[in-house]
Amino acid sequence: MAIELTLNQRPVSFAGDPGMPLLWYLRDHARLTGTKFGCGIGYCGACTVHLDQVAVRACVTPMNSVAGRTVTTIEGLARGSTLHPVQQAWIDEDVAQCGYCQAGQIMAAVDLLRRKPQPSDADIATLTNLCRCGTYPRIRRAIRRAAARLNGERA
Amino acid sequence: MSAGGRAIPLSRREFIAVSMSAAGGLMVSLCPARWAGAAAGTADTPGAAEAGRLGAFVRIEPDGRIVIGARGCEIGQGVRTSLPMLIAEELDVPWSAVTVEQLPYGLVASGEAPGFKSLYGPQGAGGSTSIPDGWGELRQAGARARWLLIQAAAESWREPAARLSTHAAQVVHADGRTLSYAQLAQRAAGLTPPAGDVPLKERGAYRIIGQPTRVADARDIVIGSAGFGLDGSVPGMLTALIARCPYFDGSVAELDDTQARRVPGVRQVFPIPGPRAGAPIERNLAAGVAVVAEDFWSARRGREALRITWKPAAGAADSSASLEARALAALARPGTIAREDGDVAAARRGAARVVQATYTEPLLAHATMEPPHALLDLTGTRALLIASLQSPGGASRMISDMTGLARPDIEIRLPRVGGGFGRRLQNDFVAEAVLVAQQARAPVKVVWTREDDLRNDFYRPFGVHRLSATLDAQGRVTGWEHRVAATARKYRAAGMEDEPEWIGCVDRDGFPAGCVANYRAEFLPVELDLARGWWRAPLPTFVAFPVEAFLDEVAHAAGQDPLALRLGLLGAPRELSYRDHGGPEFHTGRLAQVLRRAAREIGYGRKLPPRHGIGLAGHFTHGGYAAHAIEVAVTEQGGLSVVRCVCAADVGEIVNPLGLDAQFMGGTIDGLSTALNLQITVKEGRIEQSNFPDYPLLRMAAAPEVEVHLIESQLPPSGAGEMGIPTVAPALVNAIFAATGRRLRRLPIGDQISA
Repeated sequence: MAIELTLNQRPVSFAGDPGMPLLWYLRDHARLTGTKFGCGIGYCGACTVHLDQVAVRACVTPMNSVAGRTVTTIEGLARGSTLHPVQQAWIDEDVAQCGYCQAGQIMAAVDLLRRKPQPSDADIATLTNLCRCGTYPRIRRAIRRAAARLNGERA
Repeated sequence: MSAGGRAIPLSRREFIAVSMSAAGGLMVSLCPARWAGAAAGTADTPGAAEAGRLGAFVRIEPDGRIVIGARGCEIGQGVRTSLPMLIAEELDVPWSAVTVEQLPYGLVASGEAPGFKSLYGPQGAGGSTSIPDGWGELRQAGARARWLLIQAAAESWREPAARLSTHAAQVVHADGRTLSYAQLAQRAAGLTPPAGDVPLKERGAYRIIGQPTRVADARDIVIGSAGFGLDGSVPGMLTALIARCPYFDGSVAELDDTQARRVPGVRQVFPIPGPRAGAPIERNLAAGVAVVAEDFWSARRGREALRITWKPAAGAADSSASLEARALAALARPGTIAREDGDVAAARRGAARVVQATYTEPLLAHATMEPPHALLDLTGTRALLIASLQSPGGASRMISDMTGLARPDIEIRLPRVGGGFGRRLQNDFVAEAVLVAQQARAPVKVVWTREDDLRNDFYRPFGVHRLSATLDAQGRVTGWEHRVAATARKYRAAGMEDEPEWIGCVDRDGFPAGCVANYRAEFLPVELDLARGWWRAPLPTFVAFPVEAFLDEVAHAAGQDPLALRLGLLGAPRELSYRDHGGPEFHTGRLAQVLRRAAREIGYGRKLPPRHGIGLAGHFTHGGYAAHAIEVAVTEQGGLSVVRCVCAADVGEIVNPLGLDAQFMGGTIDGLSTALNLQITVKEGRIEQSNFPDYPLLRMAAAPEVEVHLIESQLPPSGAGEMGIPTVAPALVNAIFAATGRRLRRLPIGDQISA
């Protein structure tokens, strides 16, 4: 029986192996390649997406666990041509070097800011996504910048 | 080191080919004269057609859009931004009006030997050479395009070109009239390009060079559409995973693929050959079994279902422990002398004091965040490669050698690359794609898992360094000896037969060579069966740790301040010969300056809290100069924290300060990550590490802020991708010594402080 889910606000259906990780459904079947493969064991965070608005590691999230749920990937974060404040902050702080891990970093940061609208350094330090280029200091700045903007919007 | 990074012997006689783009705009490309037609896409070879679509550095559309081609492999070093900046500067256009387009690998057919030519010049990424290579020729490309636009305006106005200038994508007449580049593009495209070089801007007129400039395609990155090599696809593409023999030079003894073939989606299973035992590794690294399937997941399930008995080779019982024992034993024997000045033995006989220490460095893997992969579509007469590369020229040669296709018939796209660090100077994964695609008779994307990556790398050599210095009665350094027992970089390396035995392991001309009268650098090869490669700032990273830490030891033994000792040895500012990559000269004053700057910025010499310490290190890397000053705090229990981390760098003229800051920040964190925790070890002939949990890159929680200070300079720029890493490990262990009195001589640091 096909697995039905909502992907970036659209209903989709998947009839393949229910044990296939969400990552490979996204990349090979939904052709959404913004979500990246880094380790395959849920450790590095390059594949971070949102499942019902909570960050998960798509490489260890089987398709049968997402049935009936809502998945948002990096491609679904912006509203039309308007970037999410976290995406904009990533540009403003010039975070990316190779850029490969950054989709996962952004998805993890959006999740953090939902939980901690004014994150402390310790809160930011709970992010475990790996960056081989060493962009962490700029990621911290981008998160603070995005937090300020999001809090300003709420105020 | 740029081995493999430079693909094509290029004539430096280049000129600008001008032609109309399909949209009627101006295309200007820097290319050999005979490629004027090909660059326009008028030649009938497919390679030229591809070049016609994207193949120019400058294209001005009628709507005023200024499109600049980026020629390099963007691996995170920022060349997709910095190289077009050079062109835009001399074209004299506002950066905000520029659209950057990635160019493909630009090799097209030629009527002359060897039958092909480069359209764009050097496109590889290695040895921090992109900016120095592009500094002259890409600025010329921009300046020549500007020259044509001025000529076009001169014709249009029937005025001498001498009365015209440019400003912000307009040609401006002395009387105030203007014509936009967009208005002039069509006419300019029909003009004869200048015969030789045209004058470049005075430095004071720069509007783009020197300005902080963000990553050109940052928006694509943050919306997930940047398109990395692994994201490539073509119609009908299959995905292959390869089960590789875990033993170097080993092979498949028995294969039962019954279960694998039953996995839904698996199309084919077949063995692929590895390198011949003992022969140079010219293609793929290991024998194995390819599982070709409809998608990654079925290929992976198919691979897991294989039943393979591997046949180990000679090194099956070897280990890192026995390698280290062999290295220590080797140090008892005389080695190959890489450099000898004066008489080290006489200095030793006359010494008031001899300082000696042994430093050990592990094998390292590259662990690019994007694992190796290659998508290859072979159609019989053509090939298309989409992969993350550092050496597209090497990939082109590999495919040509293995398929017999002429190189211009091999199309190579240059997507964004998820990290390089030297791993992709090798094209073993491209060789695998050829082997698999040939047999599968379909376009195939070979994908590596992280486990495949850590266990099948071209590893940074392992080495044991024995350093000794002799001091006279006044504490002056009279002799310096650096003996390196290491896994030779050139072991089984293809194309390095003519290199000296010690290449990549001994820095014969590195500081303090030339600054100490009696000096000797010596190499002792020790073997272990695995492949070696270039790893970010390969030689500087390998030698700066022992040399710069030992300098600290010598300073303490001599009763001198470590900074004062270094500055004293560097002496008067002067050029010394440096024969290896980054030469031909090394300037002692530039190294002294970055050391002094780092020391000043961190407040070197100030009183520190208990169990805090500051360590310094400086190094000359690939033509650039960098120093780190690191302050650490170490708890009684051995808990280490980095309190401050300062990096000073002199890379000549600053092209993009924001990009440079990123490179030195990132290099610093890479250096900390590596020094603290990373190593590859071998046990019973197999790599022990498998994935990030046992190759633990630094995470956010442990990443300090990095204060980067760039030296203002008018000297031609070096690159910047590698200079930020070599001095981190020695500055860190020097700081730990200053804080605790404990001298760490082995990397990674791991739990040595608490032990």
